[in-house]
Order: sequence, then structure tokens, then C-alpha cells
Amino acid sequence: MHTQIPIKEGLFTWPSSKPQLLGSRCSRCAEATFPAQPDCRNCGSRETHIVELGDRGTLWTWTIQTFMPKQPYHSSETEATFAPYGVGYVEMPGGVRVEARLQPNTAQQLKIGMPMQLAIIPFRSDEQGNDIMTFCFTAVTEE
Amino acid sequence: MDVAIIGIGLHRFGRSPDMSGMQQGASAVRAALADAGLSWKDMQFAYGGSQDAGNADSLVNELGLTGLQFTNIWNGCATGGSSLHAAYTAIKSGEYDLGVVVGFDKHPRGAFNPQPKDWGLDDWYGETGLMLTTQFFALKTQRYMHDHGITEDALIRVSEKAFTNGSLTPTAWRQQKLSYDEIAQSAMISDPLRKYMFCSPAEGGAALIICNAEKARQYSSKPLYLKAAAIRTRHYGSFEVFAPSQAMNVADAPTVTASKAAFELAGIGPKDVDVIQLQDTDCGTEIIHMAENGFCEHGEQEQLLRDGATGINGHLPINTDGGCLANGEPVGASGLRQVYEICVQLRGEGGARQVGNNPKVGYTHVYGAPGLSGVTIISK
Repeated sequence: MHTQIPIKEGLFTWPSSKPQLLGSRCSRCAEATFPAQPDCRNCGSRETHIVELGDRGTLWTWTIQTFMPKQPYHSSETEATFAPYGVGYVEMPGGVRVEARLQPNTAQQLKIGMPMQLAIIPFRSDEQGNDIMTFCFTAVTEE
Repeated sequence: MDVAIIGIGLHRFGRSPDMSGMQQGASAVRAALADAGLSWKDMQFAYGGSQDAGNADSLVNELGLTGLQFTNIWNGCATGGSSLHAAYTAIKSGEYDLGVVVGFDKHPRGAFNPQPKDWGLDDWYGETGLMLTTQFFALKTQRYMHDHGITEDALIRVSEKAFTNGSLTPTAWRQQKLSYDEIAQSAMISDPLRKYMFCSPAEGGAALIICNAEKARQYSSKPLYLKAAAIRTRHYGSFEVFAPSQAMNVADAPTVTASKAAFELAGIGPKDVDVIQLQDTDCGTEIIHMAENGFCEHGEQEQLLRDGATGINGHLPINTDGGCLANGEPVGASGLRQVYEICVQLRGEGGARQVGNNPKVGYTHVYGAPGLSGVTIISK
């Protein structure tokens, strides 16, 4: 059994059977941001708190990454095994648009306004064979 | 104190395999000095920048150790705009009368690979493949097309124009015209943007000699005047590159605020401009920047492009030298190449790409990560 380690602590609740994206909300102006940060980009306040941003959202815009990015990209892929991936901004019920990898990776599968579901997936393996986990969004298949 | 441009110089964009980036910068400075009839020892100050080709102030090793004030500037793709703005304020303040602005670069092949830490971001953002400028421009274009009814036809027409103009520009990197179909059938890189809709990192240098307008006639029979230079960064709510998240409310882009500030400084409006340079890292952003700079309403671009309005013979000529698409983007030099081209056009020296009707007012706009814009307005 591989150990599953988040690529960065604090991006999403983990481990969890129903993981949520985590952000911060300003205690003064109530604006939310992702990832969480100790200060507010809107009003400059230093009073923010961690909040769950939700696990479902709506696709605001999208594209497809067709070529393997150079470093700092760090996956377990090679040029030969690289598979195109979707990239988009997803409007979250927590009141912020979050940039994320999308599992659908063809233009036919993606449409602005479509509902999206958060998923936590293995992204690469580290030297000890652990799975490094990241977040992405998939298309909602059932309601 | 008004500000004049009395000399312009360019080292050819593209690839110069036998020259370092810095040598290309020095080549541009020498060309600008020759154009102004001045020498390096006449320069009281210099502002310059490069992303990948070294510290600009090391140019003194090539040009001469004259003791001048030389300040390095780096502001992403807006480096040239910021260097020129610094020179503009140095003259306006009365501190100096005469100086040089220079930008140069030499990038490796392929897309830029910015590092998260340089932009205040965590490693995971780059590691998971979310930090590509190409993605951002595609994401912004995709949403813009959805909101304003722009179709792929408009993207193709911007590319077609760029390479047509490049074919008329002896200093351009890409001098081969491309047909509508070649562009429409080129590989999809980052939906909706295809291969021939993106500019590429490149090499080159550009330089300008700037002086106190009261003294311009001492040096030049054809001075041009820098009526405005403005730099603005993003507000909360504008959709910008390198943003792991963005706010729900939408604010004006920094291009909108920089453009308004520049028009206010110059005391004129978009209708008074005869020839235009807009940041065209890709076809989508040229379209977006047409409206953000006030030259049309959002959504009007589709018809304007179909009518050829932005071509050399149109009423809104944009990127007459082929822009970034045909010249490539050496980051440090790119914003100054725009100003160089506007000066060529206002002097009437554009040759096969010269716009008609004796243009009197030109405009440049550069955009850089992580969300800043620089605008200049230049007149005869």
C-alpha cells in the first residue's frame, strides 16, 4: 500500500472521504482566496481565517495543455508518456474562482458553465514510492 | 519639461547565433546614437533591462566606462515600457537632459518556464503544470470569446495580418506570409490558440535616445515627442497571469487603467491616434487589448478584423511591423521595439509598411506578468 501524501499541506482536506478545497476568507471584507494566505489581497487586512471552499463548482474558462511543460513541471511522466491535460478556472460556492487541472482533456468534453467535481488524485511518485496527491476537477456525471 | 525622442536603434529580432544578448543591446545603442548623431560619452543617464541576457549596466564594458548613471530595470514583459517610463520621469523632473533607454534579450528555444518562487507562489503551482503564460492567454481568450461573441475567424485574421506585416519589415524575424488556411489548420497548442497564433521567445535589442524637448532641435531635425508614459499594475478582481485563484467581481485590467492615465496625460483620446502597437503575445490578447485600450468596444473586433481595419491600409493600423507574432519576444527589448516602430511610422520611414495619411500620433502598449501594463503616446 502506497502512502498518499498531499503535494502541499493546506490545499485540501486530506485524508477524507469527501475532500474539500481549502482557502482563506478575510474577517474584515469577507473576500475569499485560494490557496489560503495570512493577508487579504482585497483590503490588506491581516485577519483571515481558513475556510472550506467546497467540492463542486462551475467551469468559468478552460484550455488544454497539449505539450509537456518544462521544469518546474514535475510529474512522473516522460515526453513519451505525457498526456494532455485540461486547465481551467472553476467558480466555487465559497466565492472564488480556482485554477486547477481538469481531467477532461479534449475540447469536446469541456464547456463553459458545466458543473465540475473536485477529485484528489495521485500526481507523481516520490523516491520512496509514495503517491504525491494533488487536486483536480472532473466532469459531474450524475446528479 | 517635455520629453523628446531624438534617436532610435534596433538590433534585428530573431536569432543572432554569433552574438550574446548584451552585444545585441550594444548594437541597438550604437544604432540609436548614430541616428541621433551623438556618441556614448554624451549620455548622462541610462535605463535598461533584460530577462535572460545579463545585467544591463554591464553594457558599459562594451560602450565605454564614462561614469554615467545606469539603472537596471526588470518588470517582466513590460520591462521596456518601465525603462522608458523611468527615462521619461528623469527628463520631466529636470534632473537630466539627455540619456538612453535600452532593452535586449536572448532566450532559449521553447516556451518560457518561470519559477513560482520568483512570483511569490508555492512550488506545487509550477510542479502541477499550472504556471504557463500560454495557458493564461488561452484561458483569458476562451472566456473573452464566450462573453463577447468573438470567433476563431478573428484569431486567424490577426495572425494573417501579423505575418503579412512581418513580410514587409526587413528587421522582422518571421518574414514569410501565411495563408488563412495554413493558420486555421496549424496545430492546436492551447485551445483556442493554435501554433501560428502565439509569439515565440527570441533575441534582439532596441534603444532610444531621449532628451529634454527644449533642446531636441539642437540634436535632431526630426524629433518626436513622448506625450505620455504610464505604468499600472493590476487591481483586485482583474484576471491576470500567475493567479492560482481570482476574485468573483471583475475589475478593469491594468491595460485599461494605464491607457486612461496615458490619454489623460496627453490630453487626447483614442480617436486621435493614427498608428498603434499593442502587446500581441498571441492573437487573443491583441483582440482583447484593442478594446482594453479604448480603440473599440468589446465585441466589435470581429467586424473590424473582417473589414481589414487593423491592417496597414485600414483606419486602425495595429502592429505594422508584425508585432510580437512576427518579431518574437525578447522580453527586455520587446516594449522598446514597439516604440521604435511607432517612431519609424511617424517619421514616414516605414517603406513598404508605411501607413498612409501622414500619421501624427502613435500609441504603444505592453503587458507583462504578473499583471502590469505600460502605455506611451508619441506625437510629431
